[in-house]
This record gives sequence, structure tokens and C-alpha cells, in this order.
Amino acid sequence: MATAPRFWRENPSRYNLVGFKCNNCGKTYFPPRAICPVCHRKSVGKIEPVKLRGTGKIHSMTEVHEGLEELVPQRPYVLAMIEMDEGPRVTGQVIDCEACDLKIGTPVRVTMRKLSEEGSSGVIHYGYKFVPVREKVDKTP
Amino acid sequence: MRRVAIIGVGATEFGELWDSSFRDIGIEAGLAAVADAKINADQIDALYVGNMSAGRFIEQEHIAALIADYSGLARDHIAATRVEAAGASGGLALRQGFLAVASGLHDIVVVGGAEKMLDVSDVESSIIQSAALDQEWETVLGATYPALYALIAKRHMHEYGTTREQLADVAVKNHRHGSLNPKAQFRREITRETVMGSPMVASPLRMFDCAPSSDGAAAVVLCPLDEARKFTDVPIEIIGSGQASDTLSLHHRRDICTMEATKAAAQRAFKMAGLTHKDVDVAEVHDNFTISEILAIEDLGFFAKGQGGKATEAGLTGLEGEIAVNTSGGLKARGDPIGATGLAQAVEIVTQLRGKAEKRQVKDANVGLTHNVGGTGATAVVHLFRRG
Repeated sequence: MATAPRFWRENPSRYNLVGFKCNNCGKTYFPPRAICPVCHRKSVGKIEPVKLRGTGKIHSMTEVHEGLEELVPQRPYVLAMIEMDEGPRVTGQVIDCEACDLKIGTPVRVTMRKLSEEGSSGVIHYGYKFVPVREKVDKTP
Repeated sequence: MRRVAIIGVGATEFGELWDSSFRDIGIEAGLAAVADAKINADQIDALYVGNMSAGRFIEQEHIAALIADYSGLARDHIAATRVEAAGASGGLALRQGFLAVASGLHDIVVVGGAEKMLDVSDVESSIIQSAALDQEWETVLGATYPALYALIAKRHMHEYGTTREQLADVAVKNHRHGSLNPKAQFRREITRETVMGSPMVASPLRMFDCAPSSDGAAAVVLCPLDEARKFTDVPIEIIGSGQASDTLSLHHRRDICTMEATKAAAQRAFKMAGLTHKDVDVAEVHDNFTISEILAIEDLGFFAKGQGGKATEAGLTGLEGEIAVNTSGGLKARGDPIGATGLAQAVEIVTQLRGKAEKRQVKDANVGLTHNVGGTGATAVVHLFRRG
């Protein structure tokens, strides 16, 4: 298994959903990259970190019954590809729900959770997961 | 650029080869190919070996020199190179061998592929395979190989109405073909019910939607086409070779139901050969999951986007169909020893074009295609072959 620094390096983005905006083409990407995949060299010096709002909708999903035990001890779990409101797609688990309550298009929002731990007394890794956005009833007159 | 031919092929059985070591299977396949080509060891200029992860499966790196050594070639000091591109390692090794002969740098080249996956536990094997995905932004967040292909399947069903039954039909067809291949890992026919009653892996994909883990090796011998008739009456020419890459992560693709690397690699191979998909009689495509074959037959141009499931259900990809796909049984039934797969595909196409595929022979097969994918489509390699 990889050692702790490997995870720490990515923590700012994994904790805060920080991607980047290319000020050459105006597009937002996640996770950060040094070079915009559209603008190439023209993007150098024009990359700016940007925190995603954390809301999006399910682009595709699966209920995983056989997985990597070290990564996700509980099973089954829902893994989804989320299309964030700003445009980028990300992969993550959807929790606090049943798979049958979800479908392509279901709105979700990000939440910070434990991803995995290295044994019972090892380092705990945190990062983003998603929860469904419950529909709110607007009671204001 | 010189024209290049395959003059010999060889492969081990695929499956749980407990009694054989990595070097045993590498040598068995290589010797079979060399014997088939009727060449001597001192004629070999170079060896390329496709292999994904010997370092983690058997804790042995530096395997190209190892295979050359145990093949008795150490004193000949041949150039021995390992090639890695996850599931596409074998196809990419073939391309390296092709380039070496085409360029004029080498005359006789052996290209092998080998993987020994079953010396580790299932869990360990899944971890090793997942290293081909994006470790930072997919695996760490809970993505596995089957889970990512399940995302593709779910979306394909959503967009195009592909059905659960149509996915099953890919496995049923490939097991039927595998039952006709004496070297296939699974030589038993199955039904839709077998697939749809098997344990869920990642919905909608079940165990029988997934290619197995396998031990195995396969090899071919290449030489310039002009010299091929010295060795064989039926040289098989490599008439096209295309390779392409794409984003490592599935979520960065423009459309997760299209493998653009497959399209690009195929376009390049067809352009080199001066042919189109209509000229292909038999194809070995990368069916590591049932949904993968549906994407492949669409992205290679055989069927329109979204029509792959319907075409499979209608029997258009069977031995008697419009285009015979995965006559060996594919990854699903022949087996999928990762680095060997791309070479096993080439061995099958050569066997078909030689007219030696016996019960699974495609009638009048003249042009064949192989399609090998790494990860969820970050690498694709396509080759085209014709009777020389």
C-alpha cells in the first residue's frame, strides 16, 4: 500500500473539491492539472484554483457487491459518476441512501467522510462522498 | 517501411496452471511459435514481451531478459524488451515488434505475452489489476474495474436501451465459441439464465459478465514479408497497426459510452491498410466485460453507436454472422492472462486466416482484426491482418 504522504499530497483537493479554472478557455476542471487539456501551452500561467460548490447529479451509478476490502469494508456500496454543476465529472460513493432510491439524474451534494483506514490503528484517510439532495418543501407564503 | 508477416504462432492453454511457473509458460508459448515458424534460435534478433504486472503477481521484474535467458538465448544477447500498457500490453508488444521489423532494424522478432495471475489471492489480484485505473481519483474513492465498466453499462442501457439480456448474449456467444476452442479456459456452453443468475459483482454486471483471471502465454514470430515464404506457405501479413491513448480516468471522457481511443486506433490501422470495417471477416475484440464487446463492435465501426446490444442479440456477431467476433471465446471464455491477451488474439486471427480453426473456422476468412484495450480505454491497440 502507498504511504501517507501520497494521500496527503492530494488532500487539499480531496477534502475541499478544489479543481481549477483555465482563464484561457474559461472551463473548470477537477482534479487540478498543470496544463489545460484544451488550451495546452496557452494555459500556462492562467490556471487558477477553484473550489467546486459540491452539488451535481448522477451521470451513472452501480451497486458494488465485490470490491477491494481494504478500500471499502462495507458492502454493497453505491459508486457513482457525478456531473458537478460546474461541468466536471467525478467518481465517488453515494451514501446515506439505498441504491434503489437513486437513478441517473438524481441530484446529490458532497459530504466529507472517512474513505479508508490502514488497519485498526493506522492512518485514516478522508475524502469526498455524496449524499442525495432531499427535495425540500417550500413553506414560505 | 517494410511489409511485415507473421510466420509462426504458439500459445499455452489458458486457465489455472498451478504446475507451471511464469518462465515455464513464457517458454512454452515461445517455443511453440518458433517451432511453428521453423526458425532456429540464432536467427532471432529481438524479443518483445507484453506483461502488465509480473512485479506484483510473482514479485519478478526484468522479465524480458528472464524469458530470453530461459529460452536459451542468453549467449545470443538478443535485444529483449518488456512492454506495458495494462490490458493492452500484449497488443502493444506486437506493435513494437511490427515497428522493429517494418523499420528494417530487426529481421526476425519474437513477440510474446505472458501473465501469471493465479499465484496470488483473488483480493490481491483485484488490487493489482486496479493499478491500471487512476489510483488518486478513482480507486481510492472506491472504484474497481468491474464498477467502472458497470458505470459504462448502466449509462449505455440508459441512453440506448441496451438490455440486461443483450449483455448476457455476449457471454453466451463467447462461451459457445470457447466450447469449440481446445485451448480455451472455459469450454462449456452457458445460457442467458447462467449469466443472469450468477452472483452480482457491480450492478448490472454479474460474475458471468466478467472475464476470468488466468495464467497463460502466447507468442508470434515476425519477419519481413519478402522473406516470409522461406519459412511458411501461408504468411499472414500485418497490414495495419494503430495505437491511441485517452484520459486515464473514465470520468474525464467526453462520452463514457464511447472509447475514443478505440476509434482513433482503428482509424489509423484502417488507413494504413487502405481498408474499412466492411472488409473485416473475423475480429478478436477486448471483451473483458460483456459491455466492453458491445462498445468495441460499435467503436470499431461494425455497428452504429447504440446498436451493439441489438446486433449481438440478433446473432450478427456469431460464427455465421455479419462479422464473426471473438471466435476464440474472447477474453470471457478463452481466458484473460492480461499481458498474453493481445497475443492470444493475434494467434486466433492467424489460425483463422490460415483456415486452421477447425470447428470454429469462419468461412473464407481473408481479413482479420484484433482490438486490445488497457484500463477503461486509456490505451487501445488495433491490428489488421491478411493472408499474404
